[in-house]
Amino acid sequence: MTGSFRLSKSPVLVGGIGLAIFLCVLEIAVETGMVMELVVPRPSDTFLAFPPVQEDMDLVGNFFVTLGMTAASTAIALSIGVPFGYFLYRNRRYGIAYEGWLAAAFAAPTVLLYPLFLVIFGRTYLTLIMMGFIPGAIPIVIQTRQGLLGVSQTLLNVGRSFNVSEREMFWKIQLPSAVPTIFTGIRIGVMYTLVNIVAIEYLIDFGGLGRIVSEMYFRFDTPGTYASIVAVILVSVFFYWGFGRIEKWLRPV
Amino acid sequence: MADILEISEVSKTYDLDGENPVQALDRVTLDVAEGEFVSVIGPSGCGKSTLFNIVGGLIAQYEGSVRIDGRAVDGAHRDVGVVFQEESTFPWRTTLDNVAFPLEVQGMGKPERDERARKFVSLVGLEGFENHYPAQLSGGMKQRTAVARTLAYEPRIMLLDEPFGALDEQTRMLLGDKMLEIWAALNQTMLLITHNITEAVQLSDRVVVMSFRPGKIKEVISIDLPRPRSSEVISTPKFGEYVGRLWTLLREEASRGMVEAEAELAAR
Ligand SMILES: Nc1ncnc2c1ncn2[C@@H]1O[C@H](COP(=O)(O)OP(=O)(O)OP(=O)(O)O)[C@@H](O)[C@H]1O
Ligand SMILES: [Mg+2]
Repeated sequence: MTGSFRLSKSPVLVGGIGLAIFLCVLEIAVETGMVMELVVPRPSDTFLAFPPVQEDMDLVGNFFVTLGMTAASTAIALSIGVPFGYFLYRNRRYGIAYEGWLAAAFAAPTVLLYPLFLVIFGRTYLTLIMMGFIPGAIPIVIQTRQGLLGVSQTLLNVGRSFNVSEREMFWKIQLPSAVPTIFTGIRIGVMYTLVNIVAIEYLIDFGGLGRIVSEMYFRFDTPGTYASIVAVILVSVFFYWGFGRIEKWLRPV
Repeated sequence: MADILEISEVSKTYDLDGENPVQALDRVTLDVAEGEFVSVIGPSGCGKSTLFNIVGGLIAQYEGSVRIDGRAVDGAHRDVGVVFQEESTFPWRTTLDNVAFPLEVQGMGKPERDERARKFVSLVGLEGFENHYPAQLSGGMKQRTAVARTLAYEPRIMLLDEPFGALDEQTRMLLGDKMLEIWAALNQTMLLITHNITEAVQLSDRVVVMSFRPGKIKEVISIDLPRPRSSEVISTPKFGEYVGRLWTLLREEASRGMVEAEAELAAR
């Protein structure tokens, strides 16, 4: 078959080639002065900055710190968000009453509350986890409720006609039906969690990758700054991929 | 044979907003004998699905009574299985897991329920598609999956709400033969909603003709054709007579229904 056929078969390869082309264009743009090197370093310099940043600030270790904080926040967001979404679905009045508030809360820049959290939890990992959890939980609550509201009446009737218990109705019909919608919420939530955690790390100079970004930034080490930002992107790629796998496992089609 | 199902004076009015009540059923009375095959035919919107949902225990508020074996029905009854008009397979389950669903919720172990489900999968002619997901099946195959799933529940009364509505005439006839085979093999009482006169005559002991809004029983016609039947009876003269009679009855209702529907559209 032709090359284009094989390309369309492997999205990772297509994505990789796109990224490579973008980086080459950027490299040339910086080289020729179209882009100021102080603002955007050469991709090759960013690449070369990894070893020194690793040496200096333990990039890999801090990658896992940020990843772990995000995972912990997301775990809490899920264990509170899904049941609360279910509650709002079951109690229609509360659902209608809180929907607008939740949407408004989601739009609020909760990251600005960090001084408050510092007072409560101190300059600790708990502050990071709690501040990551709040923006992560809101879309999970909203999407869980939406997903459950969207379950087809016919599928519910199938369950009822087979006399299934309420418990099984939830686990075997409502939840699987709602999985795609809930996972949209989880994906949005985990991104907000990560952004918040990195932002707080940056602001309070504590924790994982955000602290490194801040450090590199204040040293005017632009390639180092970019290298640590790439590490943040890799955390987000990890979660995006991971939740994709979990969703695929729960809902194969 | 004794009546397994007695529907007496059942009326149902939908009143969503309290302003535009729609009377879907008006004093419907029908007794069905054990092992009987009864078709219900009538214009779109005459309340057929509503009647099935009431018998299936899915609609709680209605007037009149539904009895099974002489006892009033309250909620979904163990002896009643429903195949819904709308797409009702679980998209996240394979054909086999869809069919095994009622057995799974009854607490049957996996090896046993898979074996049972396999039997019903092959009964509806879906061998080889056990591990396919609904998205990988045609519309007719999905409906057959839904039929097999309800069969696996082994209800004494099967309510089939236009299970083959979206199929072409030829496939529908062959599936009709299949339904007759299954019916003969499993000895169930079958109630089938259909829009298709030929199908109704081909399959049934009796055909219930319903009238348009409010849904009432207009006439019940006994089909006196020899059993066992197959789609070949279609070419007999007696078959043609039944079809003719049903068509005359339905034409009035259908045209009345269309006029009303058009008037409704125009009023908007
Ligand atoms: N849940 C509902 N709420 C309000 N009105 C309803 C509801 N379900 C049905 N109706 C109305 O009741 C009437 C009968 O509906 P039903 O679905 O029983 O008809 P049907 O005979 O099955 O039609 P079709 O052949 O098109 O499936 C229709 O006029 C419909 O608009
Ligand atoms: Mg209907």
